[in-house]
Amino acid sequence: MRRRSLLTAAAASAFAAGCSSSPGSSDSRHGRLTYGIWDVAQLPAMRRAAREFERTRPGVRVDVQLTPNGTYWTKLRTACTSGTAPDVFWMNGPNFGLYADAGQLLPLETEGGEAVLRPADYPADLVSLYRWNGVQYGAPKDFDTVGLWFNKELFDRAKVDYPDAGWTWQDLITNAQRLTDRRRGVHGIGVPVWAQENYYDSIAQAGGWVISEDRKRSGYRDPRTLEGLRLWVDMIHRYRAAPTLQQITDTDATQLFQSGRIAMVQDASYNAATYYADPELRAKVDVAPLARGRRRATVIHGLGNVVYARTPRPALARDFVRFLSGRRASQIQGKYGTAIPAFHGTQRAWVEGMPEFDLQVFLDAVDYAVPYPTSGNTAAWAHKEQQLLARAWSGDESLDGATTALAKAMDQLLDQEGRAGS
Amino acid sequence: MSLDTEVPAPPPVRAPVPEAEDRELRKRERAFAHRDKWWGYAFIAPAGLGLAVFYLWPVVQTLYYSFTEWGAFGGTTWIGTANYDTLLHDAEFWQALGNTLLYTGLVLLGIPLAMVLAVLLNLKGMRGTGVYRTLYFLPVVTMPAAVAVVWRWLYSGDVGILNQALDAVGIDGTYWVSDPDTVRFAVAAVGVWMTVGYNMILLLAGLQGIPQDYYEAAALDGAGRVRQFFSVTMPLLSPTLFFTTVLSVIQSLQVFDLIYLILGANTSVGVTNPAYGEGQTVVMLFFQKSFFDNQRGYGAAIVSVLFVLIMALTALQFRLQKKWVHYA
Repeated sequence: MRRRSLLTAAAASAFAAGCSSSPGSSDSRHGRLTYGIWDVAQLPAMRRAAREFERTRPGVRVDVQLTPNGTYWTKLRTACTSGTAPDVFWMNGPNFGLYADAGQLLPLETEGGEAVLRPADYPADLVSLYRWNGVQYGAPKDFDTVGLWFNKELFDRAKVDYPDAGWTWQDLITNAQRLTDRRRGVHGIGVPVWAQENYYDSIAQAGGWVISEDRKRSGYRDPRTLEGLRLWVDMIHRYRAAPTLQQITDTDATQLFQSGRIAMVQDASYNAATYYADPELRAKVDVAPLARGRRRATVIHGLGNVVYARTPRPALARDFVRFLSGRRASQIQGKYGTAIPAFHGTQRAWVEGMPEFDLQVFLDAVDYAVPYPTSGNTAAWAHKEQQLLARAWSGDESLDGATTALAKAMDQLLDQEGRAGS
Repeated sequence: MSLDTEVPAPPPVRAPVPEAEDRELRKRERAFAHRDKWWGYAFIAPAGLGLAVFYLWPVVQTLYYSFTEWGAFGGTTWIGTANYDTLLHDAEFWQALGNTLLYTGLVLLGIPLAMVLAVLLNLKGMRGTGVYRTLYFLPVVTMPAAVAVVWRWLYSGDVGILNQALDAVGIDGTYWVSDPDTVRFAVAAVGVWMTVGYNMILLLAGLQGIPQDYYEAAALDGAGRVRQFFSVTMPLLSPTLFFTTVLSVIQSLQVFDLIYLILGANTSVGVTNPAYGEGQTVVMLFFQKSFFDNQRGYGAAIVSVLFVLIMALTALQFRLQKKWVHYA
């Protein structure tokens, strides 16, 4: 108890110090900044953006620090605790609540002359993803939506028309069945237990929900939510148009798709560059909008740039975030093609960079996108979610049984969050 | 036939001295011993300090944290035994504990196997023992991560060499490490394969430490090979067997990386392996709770239980050894 009060006091004073020295005070806008990222594929684009920023700011140096995804969060948590985190770093939706709630991030102004970001410049769901209790802590960096990737060769062989915006769930099911060719070991569609790419989308398409708006209740009791999940379970067990979960546990669905063993897979925009990098695959695959359920929907998620609460140069760090999430750096990002920049009107370069693919699909999807479900400790229930849904996917448990257990576990974790936060 | 008897008797080691002087001498000896003792401590201090700072203190801290709710960024709140209450009713923990105990039991079966191998390699006239020793020992010096990745491929349901071999003899294989029914045995088999070499080397050393005379004596008394094994080899090897058993139990209860990687938990497959629940060990659960779910107090409670369990099982083994371990 004593320990906690000491630590929170220390954090609070550091936080207060950070705030008081923000705009207009003696805080230096010169010196060294560190920028923490986790994706090696985006390193060149981020370095380039950092160089651009340095050019406009004599006396400023930005070090881009890459930490591989596997250890990024563990390392960042430790660094935040010990006061050594990068001044500016990448954030994602599932982790945001944890950092914002613990006061590890610096608020970012959204209006007036010192505004770091203007919400109107970005898709609304991305801005709200990085807002906590009414305060903005992150500026959208990029976004990803989900599309239906398909293998044209397998479609031609089965004489099935390529998917288009008119496809419904029924079309998805019947065509997946027609594409399934057991003799050749080909399945119509790959259905891994992926949240963003599969079941969060279908849940929204069925009109269901994952977490209540106040982030206090699980949506896994709603019959519509179950309807969204049932699509995939049935695709495996009832329609037999997808490999079993055992199969895709042994060989990843992305690999099966790349090697022509499955004809379709739902995948996010950030994998476009990976598919594009392989010349053989580039000629063979393309992407279409997700099939429509009761409504058309995809989940939208994107990374944000955030400022560490205990940075010694808060004003400079905010300037850097303003630049990173602004028009110029977004254009650089788009040109490198590794992620769709979030800033309105800067996405053309990304689409045109891979002309063989119909990437406009991902941009159009923003109009009917739903926000990515998060809470204060998303990781805890998201882990349970995957683990329990996997039992339904594999057929080891009924979908009703798995979701009942999931709803109960999730509510309990959300309840714990509520108590910890108060 | 002694040639000369004139060798003077050796002088007494210490001439009789007056009592006061004797006391003085003893005091000085004690002073030396005292000083030496401090030198002893000084020499082990670096290692002892490291042990205290990096092992003992964290153990104490972990025990303390197991009674707290420990946020992602360090703030702790004392919550008494709440974590342990949760633990008692956490089906996932009990399953993980069951998995770990089963794994430990199965890996212990590797000790008789190691024993057989050691005896075979110790036979006189056996050729190529060096090659075999190397072959069996190789898995021990290979990184568990590498072992796991290779075995994951061997076990693969569609392209694995194991299923191809089974197919050749008309047996339908399964998805060994993603099938809840087979995963525990599949990982235990790898566990045995990894440890058998180490145990074999230890037992081989033990075997070679048994004097040949005993066997000769036993043979003279009419004992056959089998009788020799049970009456000479076994008792004299029992201290080594005891040592390998204690070590195997401790290591198996803490198994983590091998199973974590075989299940594919480090890849995009993650926890969606349908056999994850059946494969998960106590340390894997601790890792998940502490470093991904941000429930570090609860994670501390999980490892504290494991710590106590290991201590208890080791203490029990030391108690039971009196009944079967024979120190020559």
